[in-house]
Amino acid sequence: MNPIAKESITVALAGQPNVGKSTVFNMLTGLSQHVGNWPGKTVEQKTGEFIQNGRKVRLVDLPGTYSLTANSEEERIARDFIIHEGPDVIIVIVNASALERNLYLLSELLILPVPVLVGLNMTDVASQQGIHVEAHVLEAALGAPVVPLVATKNQGLRQLMESALRLAENPLAYNPNRPDIRPDHQPILAALQDLVAGKIPPPYPEDWVAFKLLEGDAEITALVRQKAPEVWDQVHGLILQHEDAYLDIAGGRYEWIGRMVRAAIDRPRTGVITMTDRLDRIVTHPFWGVLVLIGIFALVFWLTYALALPVVDWLDAYFISPLAKGTEILFRWAPTWVSGLLVDGLIAGAGTVLTFIPILAIFFGALGLLEETGYLPRCAYVMDRFMHWMGLHGSSFFPLFLGFGCNVPAVMGTRIIGDRRARILTILLAPLIPCTGRLAVVAFLAPAFFGQRAALVTWGLVTGNLLILAITGILIHRIIFKGMQTAFIMELPLYHIPSLRSIFIFIWQNTWAFVRKAGTIILLVSMAVWALSSPGGDVSNSPLAALGGWLEPVGRLMGLDDWRVITALLSSFLAKENTIAVLGVLFGMGEDSIGLAGQVAKTLTPAAALSFLVVQMLFIPCAATMVVIRQETRQWKWLAFSLVLMLLISLGAGVAVYQLTRLVF
Amino acid sequence: MMTSEKTTHRGHQRSRHRHDRLNKELSEGQGLKLLDEIPPGECIIVRKLYGGKDFTSRMAALGFTMGAEVKVVQNFGHGPMIVTVRDTRVALGRGQAIKIQVEVI
Repeated sequence: MNPIAKESITVALAGQPNVGKSTVFNMLTGLSQHVGNWPGKTVEQKTGEFIQNGRKVRLVDLPGTYSLTANSEEERIARDFIIHEGPDVIIVIVNASALERNLYLLSELLILPVPVLVGLNMTDVASQQGIHVEAHVLEAALGAPVVPLVATKNQGLRQLMESALRLAENPLAYNPNRPDIRPDHQPILAALQDLVAGKIPPPYPEDWVAFKLLEGDAEITALVRQKAPEVWDQVHGLILQHEDAYLDIAGGRYEWIGRMVRAAIDRPRTGVITMTDRLDRIVTHPFWGVLVLIGIFALVFWLTYALALPVVDWLDAYFISPLAKGTEILFRWAPTWVSGLLVDGLIAGAGTVLTFIPILAIFFGALGLLEETGYLPRCAYVMDRFMHWMGLHGSSFFPLFLGFGCNVPAVMGTRIIGDRRARILTILLAPLIPCTGRLAVVAFLAPAFFGQRAALVTWGLVTGNLLILAITGILIHRIIFKGMQTAFIMELPLYHIPSLRSIFIFIWQNTWAFVRKAGTIILLVSMAVWALSSPGGDVSNSPLAALGGWLEPVGRLMGLDDWRVITALLSSFLAKENTIAVLGVLFGMGEDSIGLAGQVAKTLTPAAALSFLVVQMLFIPCAATMVVIRQETRQWKWLAFSLVLMLLISLGAGVAVYQLTRLVF
Repeated sequence: MMTSEKTTHRGHQRSRHRHDRLNKELSEGQGLKLLDEIPPGECIIVRKLYGGKDFTSRMAALGFTMGAEVKVVQNFGHGPMIVTVRDTRVALGRGQAIKIQVEVI
């Protein structure tokens, strides 16, 4: 391995959560990032390329992990990358205000055969706590370069990369102080090293394998069992005798870290009351904390209505409508179906995609801001007691809450949930949150259906959705996930001023990812729905209407024996607010007409009207949501499950509500 | 497993068999308690972690090793709690807190 001969160098960026690693990555790479998934994994992978001192640098952002055991998918990805891809250098970012705990990851990285350097980040946050770290003293103790940083202010990053290049070009100069293990375990480690010597296939470093065997690492144990069966019995015997060694090893690492930092760190003797202490007294309080949370979310929604919706209207008035009119004029010579396909299929679909963008941008901005400041884990903490009985913990609350705006960011927002099972459950529950699209339909129809009781009915519908969400959550948790509880252990980082650049990049990446993946599919679906609904320019003779008619017997159980109403429901698949537009077409009046809601109300009995709204609130997720469900779970199985689940729930609830209401009234 | 006797410890309405069993085990040692019983403001030392390897190794990586000093920041006697360990605030569910045996200092 001669790095000088190589064209570009690969630098892996490692770090525990909440050390500002993504800020470092964003500052170094800007928008020239490639965001994807780790091969075959649901974990996001980010890489970026840039030129430093005339050398091309490929920077790979490893998932944020506390250690390098095989406890989680993230940890496995991080260590597999280091072992199998062999980066030239690893930069480990540590948070100066929690130095000792952050160096734990370093103590694990040092036993791997790749040079490591330390980016000592958040030195400004540490100073506010009265903590001062002498970088050069730490460097002398560790025998590995330490570069002080304030990533949010772009300080020290150039020095960090220069240091990384020097290390990559001269790996022989790297001779760090490696963590030792307790004297009573040393003979066993030596015995394990002897046993596996020469029997482990590359690229696994033998010393590291011996270490991991002593730690009882399941993956490495399986590897040795498979690759070195002849020594397996002896190895197995040794590990069984020292089953608890991993706790001693972890303790030993912290003792080693304590020795490394002793001379380098200067901290206040008595605990200072920090801003974080003061804020947390309110923000994490079971009562005041909930009030703060409600306030913050009210603000997020106010922003959505105040900023996003006018932008949506503006885009519609000055972009989509002129485009549609222009296209109509331009294609006047062609058969009607051409302009139909273009205007009602393609441009209408593009309009749907566009309406999502401002809302998504605001929601992702809020998510990014709340995460960057350190508030999000507090929100999870406050809501944990309420989420617990669904087998979820607090981290699921925020994504679900986003669902009130739009289910798409709710599903995408589940990335903040660490545990895969909890994440899938949250994704399955997200479509039960009534989004603005559905609430708009209810707001339009309920007054005509129920007069003065409309507000009460709307409130009842929303409550009903949430009750069904809770019951579904409990049932899925008990039946499919067998009641397995996810441990709630979450770091509450110190509050800090966010980096606007990071938030901007976060908004851009997520919104663009949606446009790229869901956008094309929505366009295709939109054209397909158009083809099904009005090939001859007449909805009432279309395949969609035929389908609606064919479904009338099912609808009858819910009191919906009018094919037009069923067809409107089916069309909500493209976007929830489509229901009104289709009703308008089918009832032969514009969607803006005040008479439309009344006209629909006339054809339905009160019981049927109620069941229509119930089904509408619970119906299958819209196309955009389905696309992101598939994208985030990476399995068709969960999308199919979600579809069937929502279909059963909505039809079941519709039938139940209709039959019961009919009995009562 | 099925200890049917009522808990002898103060103020615990919910009878958690597991909790009782651990507490019984503990009452023999002096000054040893489970983390969920520690009121806010008190400092303790981690003495033992119960539970599976996944849990214990995760806790160890976060800094909850034998002998580590922990300060309880928030504990309302129900719901999750907040502690600081090695300069880090950590929120813990009660289900996790009862798996940490501590010594009051």
